[in-house]
Amino acid sequence: MEFIYALLVQPFVDMYLDPLIFIETVIKGLMAGVLYSLVALGFVLIFKASGVFNFAQGVMALFAALTLTGIMEYMPDGLPKWLTVIAALGITVVIMILLAVIIERVVLRPLVNQELIILFMATLGLSYVLEGAGDLMWGSDVKVLDIGLPTDIWDIGGVYVEQLDVTAAIAAGSLVAVLAIFFTKTRIGRALRAVADDHQAALSVGISLQQIWVIVWSVAGIVALVAGIMWGSKSGVQFSLSLIALKALPVLILGGFTSIPGAIIGGLIIGLGEKVVEVFWYSVHGGAVENWFAFMLALAFLMFRPQGLFGDKIIERV
Amino acid sequence: MRLSKASIAIAAAGVIAGAAWAETARADYDSYTVPNLVYRTGAYAPNGIPLANGFIDYFNMLNERDGGVEGIKVDVVECETGYNTKVSVECYENLKNEGQSGALVFNPHSTGVTYALIPKASEDKIPILSMGYGRTSAADGTVFPYIFNFPATYWSQASAFVKYIGEKEGGMDKLKGKKIALVFHNSAYGKEPIKTLETLGAKFGFELMLLPVDHPGQEQKATWLQVRRGKPDWIFMWGWGVMNQVAIKEAAAIRFPMEKFIGVWWSGSENDVAPAGPAANGYLAGTMHAPGSDFEALASIKKHVYAKGNGAGEESRVGEVLYNRGLLEAMFTAEAIRNAVKIHGTKDIRGEQMRDGFEAIDLKEADFERLGLKNFMKPIKITCENHEGDGPIAIQQWDAAAGKWNIVSEWIEPMHDVVRALVKEDAAAYAKENNITPRKCS
Repeated sequence: MEFIYALLVQPFVDMYLDPLIFIETVIKGLMAGVLYSLVALGFVLIFKASGVFNFAQGVMALFAALTLTGIMEYMPDGLPKWLTVIAALGITVVIMILLAVIIERVVLRPLVNQELIILFMATLGLSYVLEGAGDLMWGSDVKVLDIGLPTDIWDIGGVYVEQLDVTAAIAAGSLVAVLAIFFTKTRIGRALRAVADDHQAALSVGISLQQIWVIVWSVAGIVALVAGIMWGSKSGVQFSLSLIALKALPVLILGGFTSIPGAIIGGLIIGLGEKVVEVFWYSVHGGAVENWFAFMLALAFLMFRPQGLFGDKIIERV
Repeated sequence: MRLSKASIAIAAAGVIAGAAWAETARADYDSYTVPNLVYRTGAYAPNGIPLANGFIDYFNMLNERDGGVEGIKVDVVECETGYNTKVSVECYENLKNEGQSGALVFNPHSTGVTYALIPKASEDKIPILSMGYGRTSAADGTVFPYIFNFPATYWSQASAFVKYIGEKEGGMDKLKGKKIALVFHNSAYGKEPIKTLETLGAKFGFELMLLPVDHPGQEQKATWLQVRRGKPDWIFMWGWGVMNQVAIKEAAAIRFPMEKFIGVWWSGSENDVAPAGPAANGYLAGTMHAPGSDFEALASIKKHVYAKGNGAGEESRVGEVLYNRGLLEAMFTAEAIRNAVKIHGTKDIRGEQMRDGFEAIDLKEADFERLGLKNFMKPIKITCENHEGDGPIAIQQWDAAAGKWNIVSEWIEPMHDVVRALVKEDAAAYAKENNITPRKCS
């Protein structure tokens, strides 16, 4: 009886009695969800264009953030900070685009027309190569990433809101808006969608698969850079950053592997759900449910809606 | 007569040659093998690297300056584990018979790995030095003859923390009604202090709030919302790797006072406070040794290792908290080798003799001075029964402006009355479970 009360009644009583904490939990949950979405977004882009689940997306976020901090360290002293940041960001973007070109030439091109699982395994190998390269180039130390993002807190009537989280939310929102326009309004975006729908049909009308892959991996690299900046600003840039990819998996299952809005909504649901359950159902589970709750939720979705909230419905014709 | 003299001369030459041959045959080791399970890659590399560097630099310094230990060079064989228990056990199996001496000791650098190696190493008669981590009840040398966890266990450290906050609150009686939150890595390591803190909570009347954080601890918002909700008076943290950095940053984000936030000594390195910047100012952590590079032994490392271009890392990082800890492990190992050689009268020692060397560690102030580590830590004595020592623990505080740790407390004696009873109880349960007959030490 006590357990039933703790499960079904007590959490709601606590929410009512402690509304400020409830509001803060909701806000922080949504903000965390935005950060999960940022990582998930990179997966979606590549999956949409090639049907490949890019296992290396988390490591790409790490690699991008490591490169950014590394370049900032090597910038000449005496430059204004804003110039250092902009120059380092610019160079990192160029490096991520070059990386996309190399990946297309060395990894993807030789594997055209291979089974998707082979491409997936190739991304697995890529993650090891990138991690090793990051280690060799920039070392394994924790690096402080300071590009001037606000780190203070707003105290709004007793509710604490971190400015960095709000910045991340704005960045993610802007990124999604830009990507949505890119996919729907530009010629390249439409070509990209065509490739996603049917490789061979797209090739037959003259769309270059290689070019599309370079573009999509470049965009995924830039998304990884934004995700790396946001996560790296919180914890410092270090190798555990690559593990944030694990957080994107349940988001993708929930939102669908092919939907950009799905990645956002999925992230928000996961972020909000895990925080509220962790905080208000603590007496039931005793803590540390943040990780498995997301996967439980994803599993539940898989049972009823395997394609996710916004994913393309899978229709197999016999 | 002449013949007799010649006979004597030949006999004398034979005796001398024989003695020389015997000496050569006896001391036929080229080197001692000291494996080190390291993680220079992976999520925990930022902590693993300085630990490994301090360890190997110290032995390189001894090899270069003194020709090794007792005249024999020490070969440090690193095995990369990536902080993975399975890989660590493979490293152990691959290295246990390495070199002429076989592995003299293993440093697992992980509580989980220590747990996995306890039965194996006990069977193979190779000491495990889990310095300030690992299974706490291994402090009972009668049940765990090959496991050492000096200079203090997690339970001792937890009790020292309670003593420290008791003093800050104005007396142990003032702890009644207080609330202490334990933010811990949700693993064998993080769970170690719970039993002690629960016992002390019952004794002193404080409430314990348990807040586990799953590996790796990159996202902890919910944990810190719990802190906001529960409003603890003090927070203890048993964290590792990125968990520490995120926790300190999150604590700052909810404006929890840093001078009431104490991390275990694995949550108190330069890496842990750097990402939080000025917000980490005042954060506290336990320590078993002094921070900084103002010691003769470290100067020797710079002179004999770094000046010759043989340093394992960057010279500027010599003296960081985890570097000094790696060095301390190496120093204890070297002293155990010396003791083992002295006790057994031979330089040809193996793990079994090394165990006796560890049990003979008795370092006083004068010994630390001899080792170039004056005031580095408190004197320590290990015995057959007690593999932990008496473990005084200090509290260090981060000065963000100066970018350094300072010791801000006296050396605190753990509550041995409480902790040793728990150690005995747990060790006895382990002995029963594993059909071990505790050895007699006297």
